[in-house]
Amino acid sequence: MNRFLLPLGLFVLLAVVLAIGIRHAPEKGVIASPLLGRPAPQFALPSLTDPAQQVRSADLKGHWYLFNVWGTWCGECRQEHETLLQVHSAGVVPIIGLDWRDDDTQARSWLAQLGNPYQSVAVDRSGRIAIDWGVYGAPETFLVNPQGIVVYKHVGALTPDTWTREILPRVSGLPAGTS
Amino acid sequence: MLPELGHFALILALLLAGLQAFFGIAGPALARERWSGAVSAVVAGQAVMVATAAACLIASFVGNDFSVAYVAENSNSALPLFYRVTALWGAHEGSLLLWILLLAGWTVAVALGSGRLPPRFAARVLGVLGVVSFGFLLFTLATSNPFLRLDPAAPDGRDLNPILQDPGLAVHPPILYTGYVGFAVAFAFAGAAMLEGRLDQNWARWTRPWTTAAWSFLTCGIALGSFWAYYELGWGGFWFWDPVENASFMPWLVGTALVHSLAVTDKRGLFKSWTLLLAILAFSLSLLGTFLVRSGVLVSVHSFAADPTRGIFILAFLVIMIGGALTLYAWRAPLLRSAAGFELGARESFLLFNNVLLVIAAGTVFAGTLAPLISDALKLGTLSVGPPYFNPTFMLSMLPLLALLSVGIHANWKRGRLADSQRTLLYTLVAAAVFGCGLAFGLYARGSILTLIGAMLGAWILLSSLVDPVDRWRRGLTLSRAVLGMTVAHIGVALAVIALTTVQSFTLERDVALAPGAATTVGNYEFRFGGVRPIEGPNYDGVGGTLVVTHHGKPVAVLTPQKRRYWVQRQVTSETAIHMDRGNNLLLALGEDLGAGRWSVRIQIRPLVSLVWIAAFIMALGGALAASDRRYRTARALATASEAATAGQPG
Repeated sequence: MNRFLLPLGLFVLLAVVLAIGIRHAPEKGVIASPLLGRPAPQFALPSLTDPAQQVRSADLKGHWYLFNVWGTWCGECRQEHETLLQVHSAGVVPIIGLDWRDDDTQARSWLAQLGNPYQSVAVDRSGRIAIDWGVYGAPETFLVNPQGIVVYKHVGALTPDTWTREILPRVSGLPAGTS
Repeated sequence: MLPELGHFALILALLLAGLQAFFGIAGPALARERWSGAVSAVVAGQAVMVATAAACLIASFVGNDFSVAYVAENSNSALPLFYRVTALWGAHEGSLLLWILLLAGWTVAVALGSGRLPPRFAARVLGVLGVVSFGFLLFTLATSNPFLRLDPAAPDGRDLNPILQDPGLAVHPPILYTGYVGFAVAFAFAGAAMLEGRLDQNWARWTRPWTTAAWSFLTCGIALGSFWAYYELGWGGFWFWDPVENASFMPWLVGTALVHSLAVTDKRGLFKSWTLLLAILAFSLSLLGTFLVRSGVLVSVHSFAADPTRGIFILAFLVIMIGGALTLYAWRAPLLRSAAGFELGARESFLLFNNVLLVIAAGTVFAGTLAPLISDALKLGTLSVGPPYFNPTFMLSMLPLLALLSVGIHANWKRGRLADSQRTLLYTLVAAAVFGCGLAFGLYARGSILTLIGAMLGAWILLSSLVDPVDRWRRGLTLSRAVLGMTVAHIGVALAVIALTTVQSFTLERDVALAPGAATTVGNYEFRFGGVRPIEGPNYDGVGGTLVVTHHGKPVAVLTPQKRRYWVQRQVTSETAIHMDRGNNLLLALGEDLGAGRWSVRIQIRPLVSLVWIAAFIMALGGALAASDRRYRTARALATASEAATAGQPG
């Protein structure tokens, strides 16, 4: 009888691990991205505010930046906007926006109404660049270091808590997770 | 109205699936003949309802009804009609509907073919399928309803994910899912056998064609996915050990073990509890694949929508289905005794090793896929497991498996007298060694020891597979479809091994800077750069480079990789040029403008890469041949006899 119970036992163990995995995923809002520790994907896209200009990843090298994927169609992005404005006014790290599969006019009026936390906003109408970055759904935020390496990824709306606990320590060179 | 009709049909389907599960399981258990008899009618009703729901959603797509949230998110009025239909499975909700539709299809097929089965057993099989269907319908209705309305309606849709706007990627999911879902049939047969508390050789004979058919679909589906990742996405490889890929590969490995274990149960009445366990495992891994892809606990390069509440639901479903099946297994499997034995060296022993090694291979893939999750759960930090883990561990179980295949193919059932085929073994091995050395050190001259081993094993399997069929053919004996199918599938394995060995060992990759008129040599090919000139397309402009490719001075092709700048999106894309020549896959990409007409060019040469996919399709073809063998279709007499023998026994 014993050996026939073995598969069941193993499965119960697995179910526990999966349950813990699920509990963690939404809590931390962090999904380990395959990009972590890798160079950020390259892009060169028109700027939302001035379509004649381009926002290029090559120009961003040499300093920290947050890469924030958003769209006017995304409800959570509106929630997150307040936090982004706070991050912007803190002046520690610039935010580069990726306006994902969106309408330019609507996006511009969104920024005019709610305030613009972005240093620049790249327009990704086809969603190709978002695919390169492995974006699941807006909003998603990546922290990229001066060497152009993705060091942190946040899925879902950015909160002041995530900012102070996860992002700020990394930018200022302190161990993450402390506040 | 259509979305509401579809939603309503889906609710009716849920109720019918519940009835199907109840009648199918309770009927035989309580010996209510009329309950068992009603199952087929309920199956038909459920299938009609599911088909109606799918048709309603497709109609909403075709009619550009952007008041349906799912349509608005995955379609666009400018999308061609073909993609408006395939957009049905462009995202999570519709994929689930497709899953359910395919399950209904398999269930109807089983019901139609159930005339060969004892009625009580057939009812139980359909009952278990009803449980699976019920779970998926409940999941869809509760967490992923594709018929939800948007208010106000969107003016236009957000368009289908561009990577899915490709004929290949459009047909890949249904074929893959057909394979996934097909293992539900093997699972249902296992469940029915456990409910009955009885499993004989007839059981294996009934289960075999369904399992083999599902396996063939899965093989095709995986190969198609890999093919289009290479050609369309230009990812520069054909397999990434990505969680989503692994999710389809694990059921394939266990399914392969199941196909072989079933052969033993069918021919010799052995491995009964083991076969049951594999049938449960193969389907469990299909379910787990769904869980991993949909719950967001693991990340992959395939960007799918993920949602934790769905994850919790799937986990609960997994626990009920798999936990229930394994509990039943722990209770019933000890009752299954095998009277017969076998000697070491008999075919059974080789198939046992085959099973063990395939399960180990699946286990290593499983461990690698779940390691990031486990390390995260135990707070050991995030961990990324990639090819450096998968390639060697996978090979560790595959190499002995391939070697045993070449020997085991000559072994007889029951008796371990390999001495009879000693000479065949020796001749084929010597021939394979010659081929291996030729490939590793002759043709490409840069082979490593693994190249030699891989090429030798591939050649050995190829020759060994042919020995018996050729012998039969020379003696004028006929080959049954089952034997022919097995031979074809094994040839597929051999070709896959040779192709993988060659690609892994001899892929060349160079980045070179070329001025107009200059040339570079990579491998046996010379690439002469003709400079770039402006190009213009319907919605883009850019530059196209010209490279004249010659092989030892003989012209091969003129390739024109491009850099395109799309006007609307102002996005620069690199269009690679791909060409097949002498089994080599040449891939050229235009890099940066280095000034003064000079450009950087990336050149990749992959020998035999196409053979990887061709080999997989040959394996699938072998499976299809084997599944269509006559002996599975003429089992009626036996079935009736066995039913007569069991009549009167309580279920």
